[in-house]
Amino acid sequence: MLQHLLNHYYETVSIVLFGIGFTMLLLNRNMIKKIMGLNIMDTAVYLFLAAKGYITGRVAPIIAEGLEGKESFINPVPSGLVLTGIVVSVSVTALMLSLTIRLYRRYHTLDIDEIAMLAKKEDL
Amino acid sequence: MSKKNEKYESTLWYRLKYWVNGEEEDGIVEKETDKYEAHLKRVSVEDRVYRAFSEIPNDGEEERAHYEELRKELLELSKRYETWPEKRGVKIFNRIYQVAAVILCVFIIGILLVTVSYLPEFGNKDNPSNNEVSERYIEKGLEETGATNIVTGMILDYRAFDTLGESHVLFIGACAVLILLRVDQVKKENTTKEEIEEANTEEIYEKDEDTILKKVAFFLVPTIMLFGIYVILNGHLSPGGGFSGGAIIGAGLILYLNAFGYKKIQRFFTYKTFSRISIVSLLCYACTKGYSFYTGANHLESIVPLGTPGAILSGGFILLLNICVGMVVACTMYAFYTLFRKGGM
Amino acid sequence: MTPFVYGLLTFLLACAIAVSLSKDLLNSIIIFMSYSLIMSMIWILLESPDLAITEAAVGAGITSVLFFVTLRKIHALKEEEYEQEE
Repeated sequence: MLQHLLNHYYETVSIVLFGIGFTMLLLNRNMIKKIMGLNIMDTAVYLFLAAKGYITGRVAPIIAEGLEGKESFINPVPSGLVLTGIVVSVSVTALMLSLTIRLYRRYHTLDIDEIAMLAKKEDL
Repeated sequence: MSKKNEKYESTLWYRLKYWVNGEEEDGIVEKETDKYEAHLKRVSVEDRVYRAFSEIPNDGEEERAHYEELRKELLELSKRYETWPEKRGVKIFNRIYQVAAVILCVFIIGILLVTVSYLPEFGNKDNPSNNEVSERYIEKGLEETGATNIVTGMILDYRAFDTLGESHVLFIGACAVLILLRVDQVKKENTTKEEIEEANTEEIYEKDEDTILKKVAFFLVPTIMLFGIYVILNGHLSPGGGFSGGAIIGAGLILYLNAFGYKKIQRFFTYKTFSRISIVSLLCYACTKGYSFYTGANHLESIVPLGTPGAILSGGFILLLNICVGMVVACTMYAFYTLFRKGGM
Repeated sequence: MTPFVYGLLTFLLACAIAVSLSKDLLNSIIIFMSYSLIMSMIWILLESPDLAITEAAVGAGITSVLFFVTLRKIHALKEEEYEQEE
């Protein structure tokens, strides 16, 4: 199994990155750190997808002289998917950060537990 | 004549009618008692202790002292009881939560790693993911879309509808940030804290005019803009396209804003420009793509000729779509920045 | 080629761990920026230059700038609080 993991080093690294991001998301109390963890999870998924489309010895799918036919290019589908994903992740990040600023304005803290407690007290 | 129902007020129909009308069910008495109980629960234990011992009997010094002692003890107990969930309880919960989170993460990573070890060989051309779909894209892509960059041809021709949705995601993201962070400048009567803060930040930003930054930006901004335009216009020939080029132009605008201040950038880029550019671009995209669907269904025969592959003016609609996407992305990136910094454009 | 890839991936993991462990928010944002740059190099090694350009412009540029501005805003709000308290 270890040999397999070493052979699939891109996938292994992306899984570990996913785990690190997930741990950050769960364990850090700071909202900005949480958002960073989410971003790391994003990039881990993109890395996994792009690694699935890679084919050894082939080049990027840009047609030029001397490079023709399906035998010379990598799989373009994951690239297209990831390209759309990267840009969407920016707008998600911006939305979350703006929510963070609003929460800070209201509760004067970035700690999510404190925010939850203050919000609970406000409800009473 | 129908029989009169004594318990009409508690029938389902009556409740439904009230619920539809959106009124309070004032006919039902249970509600009141519920409210009272909720109120009782809200009153803290401390209050209850005070109330219970408020009438201290006047007979004898000893009795009074006894009562006082009892009351103090009870108060202390109640305080401990009240603060328990806020101090000890949260601590214990946090510890359990952390341990559970770590266990969950390790568990998930383990499962995924085991799965990875069963994946087909990395980089092999016979992997199941490299199926006839990608072969078809590569073989027929140039012929059908006229773009030498197959990824661009894919996302702006075969999957153009998907990309339209994505540009809308960006636009809606900018709108949501606008709703959340906009500082209203119309209401001048009640100068809130935010407005004062806005004035303060603006002052801070405008005051330190960095000469080095200005000089560097003077040379750098045109280069960045040119590079962005190059990336957008060559999206169908070389790596790049609307998204990356738009992000580069957005970054150039941000640098310009930082170096030269709001007054200079407001000469050509205001909120109106933002809304007009993005709406016109999105409309243009939607119309173009709708038209090509209308004429060729599968976009196999649009009216616009594909041109010679490799030239700038080739690839049918791809160049136009790239420009539209680039405009939307650039405007959105700049809008994010200004909204975060100032709360307006 | 492979040692280079191994080095990049190791650096990526180190960056991710450092982001989560660093106490200072500004530090972690800068480390996150370098993480994005390394990621864009890995995209080139995976033969997807489109992704590399986009990641370099978006991940290292815009996202980090957004994080910086958020931090700046929060510091400004904090300073204001102190002034009000005084």
